[in-house]
Amino acid sequence: MAKSPEEEHPHKAFGWAAKDTSGILSPFHFSRRDNGVEDVTIKILYCGVCHSDLHAAKNEWGFSRYPMVPGHEIVGLVTKTGSNVMKFKVDDRVGVGVMVNSCKSCEYCHQDLENYCPQMIFTYNAQNHDGTKTYGGYSDTIVVDQHFVVRIPDSMPSDGCAPLLCAGITVYSPMKYYGMTEPGKHLGIVGLGGLGHVAVKIGKAFGLKVTVISSSSRKEREALDRLGADSFLVSNDPAKMKAAFGTMDYIIDTVSAVHALAPYLSLLKTNGKLVTLGLPEKPLELPIFPLVLGRKLVGGSDVGGMKETQEMLDFCAKHNIAADVEVIQMDQINTAMERLAKSDVRYRFVIDVANSLSQSQL
Amino acid sequence: MESKSPELEHPKPAFGWAARDQSGLLSPLKFSRRETAENDVAFKVLYCGICHSDLHMTKNEWGVTQYPLIPGHEIVGIVTEVGSKVEKFKVGDRVGVGCMVGSCRSCDSCHNNLENYCPKMILTYGAKNYDGTITYGGYSDTMVADEHFIVRIPDNLSLDVGAPLLCAGITVYSPLRYFGLDKPGMHVGVVGLGGLGHVAVKFAKAMGVKVTVISTSPNKKQEAVENLGADSFLVSRDQDQMQAAMGTLDGIIDTVSAVHPMPPLLALLKSHGKLVLVGAPEKPLELHAFALIAGRKIVGGSCIGGMKETQEMIDFAAKHNITADVEVIPMDYVNTAMERMLKGDVRYRFVIDVAKTLNP
Repeated sequence: MAKSPEEEHPHKAFGWAAKDTSGILSPFHFSRRDNGVEDVTIKILYCGVCHSDLHAAKNEWGFSRYPMVPGHEIVGLVTKTGSNVMKFKVDDRVGVGVMVNSCKSCEYCHQDLENYCPQMIFTYNAQNHDGTKTYGGYSDTIVVDQHFVVRIPDSMPSDGCAPLLCAGITVYSPMKYYGMTEPGKHLGIVGLGGLGHVAVKIGKAFGLKVTVISSSSRKEREALDRLGADSFLVSNDPAKMKAAFGTMDYIIDTVSAVHALAPYLSLLKTNGKLVTLGLPEKPLELPIFPLVLGRKLVGGSDVGGMKETQEMLDFCAKHNIAADVEVIQMDQINTAMERLAKSDVRYRFVIDVANSLSQSQL
Repeated sequence: MESKSPELEHPKPAFGWAARDQSGLLSPLKFSRRETAENDVAFKVLYCGICHSDLHMTKNEWGVTQYPLIPGHEIVGIVTEVGSKVEKFKVGDRVGVGCMVGSCRSCDSCHNNLENYCPKMILTYGAKNYDGTITYGGYSDTMVADEHFIVRIPDNLSLDVGAPLLCAGITVYSPLRYFGLDKPGMHVGVVGLGGLGHVAVKFAKAMGVKVTVISTSPNKKQEAVENLGADSFLVSRDQDQMQAAMGTLDGIIDTVSAVHPMPPLLALLKSHGKLVLVGAPEKPLELHAFALIAGRKIVGGSCIGGMKETQEMIDFAAKHNITADVEVIPMDYVNTAMERMLKGDVRYRFVIDVAKTLNP
């Protein structure tokens, strides 16, 4: 008979888990494995709340397994290292993102593209090689293979850095892959949330002209004055959209709900590229004429490999880029999830795990 | 002021076959061509390929047709006159014209040899010229075009089998290059084995690419493999075959213009694979974001090619002995040919023997 989460592994752990499709999280006792020779044990300081955590907690994608401890934007301190670990030592400040393992032997793993390895293991809601479930960062500790741990640059704040481990790499990787880094070119960013606001900062650091495209005109001042975007386009203003047709070299679409792609394709110049990053649970409609007549393309991207994730952190440190966060206590997570569903956050919730998780046991 | 009749618009009498209404039926029409201007090349049309676009346009399926319409944009012939400033061509040269006869020559696209993406590009037929008259295509005895939009046909490329390359050929050659699906050892799928598809197989093979034809018709397999040189054949309605081929293709050139599902095609792609559509279904297709995101895949489109690339494609075809597989027909067979083309009953392009059978 399968062991309970508390008994599966030798080291006690505590976190908050979703137990059913309501997605409501509550205290949960489980366990972490022994620190193997390749492993690093991390005391978690902060964990970002990604919209994927919400999709997964409510089983919106249909493959959730409960109980589920979400969280894949983890920053913490090393407390233990395995005998083969040379890159890290105790007290190092490190991060863990969306993956905790891969096969390490396929062509993707060999090219630093662990995120595309067919046997890649997600930080939570996935199955380990030993058959046990992976549990994420809404918890006090995590044990991870050193290959999937990144160093947090000294100059970065722990809370502002945590969201970069998913949101940051999710926008940085396609900007590199799709060649969206030529200074002076024009990037449109659809949606000003966790992904969008980081994309604005990284886009500006690449020397791009950045236009934020949003359905909420109230975000305009923020976008222009605080985040440094060059312009703002209200997507449900047909006249303004029309005036911007054929002006953008690239578009990053961060919207996680079902939405029409046609208006955004019209914003692209000939040979323009639209990268879609959100994961709505229903299909989108893709008109083909604009792709053919303008040689445009729509592509996807899924986080980034470990090497690129470290590169992204170092890039952000160099350009003083951190996420804009609202730090919350662990027991505020359900309210935060409700607010996240309504996009009521500037722009990422980050759980102050170290200072609030253990208190929530009482 | 009433516009002039087609016969009187221009000074040089011409003769062709035109569609006059949405039935799409073609019949003889006297019209006229302009004087050969200083940058123009005039030629006697020998052959003209029948493209599926001709059928869409004669029946006004895209809603943009003005009648009378003389179709034809896979036109080859022999130069009869050149303008005073023309240096690249002389009388007697073997030349061709494809889908375009004009562009603005000053925008970014034009400056980058991408006249096909110029917002002011002028189509070879059914479009408005700068002088306000409508362009007439190659189902006619003569053609006049600016030398910039004329390509040279190398001597070793026969005109009848070369004509379809001017649209079908460039339409598949351009995306194979642009999307990087031309590297030896790559594995590319071609969806649809018609005018575009069969030429795509030949070009891809010549580029050293392994080719799988994907079709709804199992009876095309033998042709595909034995005559066209495809490496394998997938029946798209056969779930088992499609499943076994999942994740095997670097790219797909999709020539099908009817609405069809994308998910099975995306599933055939390896990670980082590219699905390129060159047929344009009129309704949007369903896109599952996961399918693109999980493997960092791309869906793109492409529309013919610029003039420089069209010449490059013709030269490549001549070098590698790539020709279209054609059924040469007399002009007065054209309506029957259109009906047969609609049913896919042609291997794989009709070509009108204009010079020998177009009689006023």
